[in-house]
Amino acid sequence: MHTTYHDAAYAQDYHPRVSGGPSQEDSVIEAHHLTKRYGDKVAVDDLSFAVRPGIVTGFLGPNGSGKSTTMRMITGLDHPTGGWATVNGQHYHDLAWPLREVGALLEATAIHPGRSARAHLRMLAEANRIPLRRVDELLDLVGLASVAGQRAGKFSLGMSQRLGIAAALLGDPGALIFDEPVNGLDPDGIRWVRNLLKRLAAEGRTVFVSSHLMSEMALTADEVVVIGRGRFLAHQPIAEMTAKSTASFVRVRSPQLERLRAALDKQGARTALVGGALIVRGVDTEAIGDLAASLPVTLHELSSESASLEEAFMELTEESIEYHGTLDEPAQGAHR
Amino acid sequence: MSVTTTDTATTPRAAPLPGRYGTVDLMRSEWTKLRTVRSTIWTLCMSVLTGLTASGLATGVTRAHWAAMTASNKASFHPVEVSLMGAYLGGTLLLGILGILVVSGEYATGTIRATLSAAPRRPMVLAAKVLVFGAVALVVAELAAFASFFLGQALLTAPAPHATLSSPGALRAVAGAGLFLCVVGLLALGIAVLVRHTAGAISSYVGVILVLPIIVSALPGSLQYQIERLLPLEIGSAMINNPAPGAFGPWAGFFILCGYTVLILALATVFLVRRDA
Repeated sequence: MHTTYHDAAYAQDYHPRVSGGPSQEDSVIEAHHLTKRYGDKVAVDDLSFAVRPGIVTGFLGPNGSGKSTTMRMITGLDHPTGGWATVNGQHYHDLAWPLREVGALLEATAIHPGRSARAHLRMLAEANRIPLRRVDELLDLVGLASVAGQRAGKFSLGMSQRLGIAAALLGDPGALIFDEPVNGLDPDGIRWVRNLLKRLAAEGRTVFVSSHLMSEMALTADEVVVIGRGRFLAHQPIAEMTAKSTASFVRVRSPQLERLRAALDKQGARTALVGGALIVRGVDTEAIGDLAASLPVTLHELSSESASLEEAFMELTEESIEYHGTLDEPAQGAHR
Repeated sequence: MSVTTTDTATTPRAAPLPGRYGTVDLMRSEWTKLRTVRSTIWTLCMSVLTGLTASGLATGVTRAHWAAMTASNKASFHPVEVSLMGAYLGGTLLLGILGILVVSGEYATGTIRATLSAAPRRPMVLAAKVLVFGAVALVVAELAAFASFFLGQALLTAPAPHATLSSPGALRAVAGAGLFLCVVGLLALGIAVLVRHTAGAISSYVGVILVLPIIVSALPGSLQYQIERLLPLEIGSAMINNPAPGAFGPWAGFFILCGYTVLILALATVFLVRRDA
């Protein structure tokens, strides 16, 4: 499915769901027309999506596109200006034991620098009557057992990130919300988080993880919810997003390139000369091969290039930026 | 940092716990938060030490100079008030600051978001903070007041007069000083919920406690007394037997102070619930 902005807007009315995927009743985290305004600035704009269990769902968008704000609204920290979000069908506010149902890592550095890692987890455990042995289990799991008694202010960003992940997992929750969990991690740490996310999903949990790094999502996520400037752009499997994106193109090299190009242009293909090769969009390799034979034109190269997630993503967000550019001022700074 | 742990599976999902998190759970959490930062221990120790030091100095110096003091100075000497002055002023400042840090420390570090994620019913979070901090402040303030009182009276040997707890108004003054400090600390906590920033909250609190009296003292006489007796510090002075002219009685003043604190905490609850964390 190639999702343009208009398709996305259309999809929202029918609650976006992945074709062939389970129905919305199976989803654990849902946003319904979620909107957040700060004065005139719209940080999140009529955002609807549903995240289901058992897979890693990426939440993709450039910095400032409203990902964090959306996550804060889901976890009840920020009040939506419009719309609502639910976890397990309930507003976050109404959860009986929030940490036992949803684990969230929103800001890795949100830890009192004077408090030890163990004390930080302990005070969270007590608030939701989580057995205190979980504290040491989690410190072990995230590799902080040896520094558990040290003041968190001495921690590196990576260690803080691990402590934040431990806090999210403390209540053994069925749903997990991670905001940029690999920020500040070294390559080992990044691999560790990737595996952890996949394992949590494999255990049947709902894993919703934001990133502005498309390459990271390509390695971790099964599906992605894409937003730009607070607006819904797409919700689709990673593979679908890459394969069916208009960013897929064909590379053609030929001694008679101009002749081929003129013919392709006549057929409505979009062409561009890049470094002696012709980049063709909108026509597949078979059609170009047939056309070249009929002219006839000799081909030195005819290759189909699959767009990276980055390219697909750029395409989606560029549309969103263009759309906004004609309507209103860019909502810079709207994201806190 | 290198990863030393293997990816061990997390423990199997526990059966859902019946019931719901409540005030007692949050009080346990608040108690852990309070006792696991050094500033708490420091501030509490300093509260007691300030009281003891000031009481020891004031009474010791008075005793040493007693023979040289004028008759009118001797007549106006109140052993109870002198022994409590340090605990009262130092406690007002230090317990006030601790009350502020209990809240603003969470905002400054972002811990508030972890707190409210664990307990999204915000009035309950504030209630737990008030109960835990209030109890700790009361115990420490009473400790400071009684210790300062006993130290001061022990140093006031004859011929200087000293008081005992059975002296008129003495027990009320000592116990009342502790109560005053607890309530004024809760007032500071409420201000911190409204202001959220440590520096701003401390400025506001110090402004109300120390700067406002200076401004009011510039007003013409009768008006000055009318307003002065409504100020927290004057209410506290009356409590430790040092009433300004026209001051309310100790309990009437205390009642007014409780009114301020309840009002601020009610306002704080509304703001805490309405604002984004």
